[in-house]
Amino acid sequence: MSLQQVVYCGVCSLPPEYCEFTGKFKRCKVWLQESHQDLYTKLYGDVEAEGEGEVADVTGKLAKSSIGEAREEELEKKLQKLQAKEESKEQRELAKKLSSKVVIRREARTKKKCMIAISGLEVFEIDMKKLAKTFASKFATGCSVSKNIEKKEEVIVQGDIADGVEAYIHALLEEKGLKDVKVEQIETKKKKRPTQPL
Amino acid sequence: MFKKFSKEDIHTRTRVKSSVQRSLKATLVKQFPGLEEVIDELIPKKAEMQIIKCTDKIQLYTVDNEVYFFQKFDELIPTLKFVHKFPQAFPTVQVDRGAIKFVLSGANIMCPGLTSAGAKIPESPGFEQDSLVIINAENKENALAVGKLLMSTDDIRSINKGHGVEMIHHLGDCLWNFSLD
Repeated sequence: MSLQQVVYCGVCSLPPEYCEFTGKFKRCKVWLQESHQDLYTKLYGDVEAEGEGEVADVTGKLAKSSIGEAREEELEKKLQKLQAKEESKEQRELAKKLSSKVVIRREARTKKKCMIAISGLEVFEIDMKKLAKTFASKFATGCSVSKNIEKKEEVIVQGDIADGVEAYIHALLEEKGLKDVKVEQIETKKKKRPTQPL
Repeated sequence: MFKKFSKEDIHTRTRVKSSVQRSLKATLVKQFPGLEEVIDELIPKKAEMQIIKCTDKIQLYTVDNEVYFFQKFDELIPTLKFVHKFPQAFPTVQVDRGAIKFVLSGANIMCPGLTSAGAKIPESPGFEQDSLVIINAENKENALAVGKLLMSTDDIRSINKGHGVEMIHHLGDCLWNFSLD
């Protein structure tokens, strides 16, 4: 006897046979068709051959199921509802992501020194701790995660490297497929010392 | 058990000594005798095993950065990733199609879902109360949850009411989505 290899869906991470219950069914199906053609035909039948797409699928499953048509129909309806809900939720999230922006704040400290605070990252599901670590090694400086006045987490980098940070974050966001997210740089001086040169 | 679980719940993470690893493997085999022939394949001797202690006294055991089983008290509970690799070794029950949706959202399994036409529970003598079962579903190949029997399978059949299986771990819960890096 040997071990089994189970394929997991690239979209919802479940075994493909359970994709229909996650509410991301449409995207899961596309993924499966692209990466595991054989499994796709096994699970959903040859859609093109049947020529009816989803309708054919549903009837195929109905025939196999044993819980009675009425209940099956109800289940199907609920799943569709869930799917619609999930889709709208995703769209909302994407819109939120696109409308929010990353703020890079340059804060002056003593003399020529300054530090950079990056806020607004939490929307994009970026691991701040990890990012801090990469910044620390990339720019060879101190870098940490701390809470700011609004009780939100931000990454603090020591040193004047706002441009480098901006470029890196742009690259990071592009990798996630969010190219048009705004990254803004602002400057704040240390308060009560307006005469101090920057 | 893993409705809410994230990296913040981790307390410590340490490597397991090879001697401890050996004894763990022995306990696993003792609990699930079917694993005996494949245990060395599942957990090779050279593999790096780690123990992750979490809140609520939960301990996760990982092999090569994948959570293979966990422990709340004494019993070792396999995760679904582990179950999928060799499902034959574990006691299994099957639920009908109507129940899948609820199971995947983390509900306990009710008796009718285990006794209807699409479901399957073993003939008597089945499993005892409090024993660990893998939950499979109608027309599906892979397991979708791990649970603990709240009543014996014979009782489930005769009483046919109320909670039958307590949910421990299901597809898509926080432990399933948990990754180490």
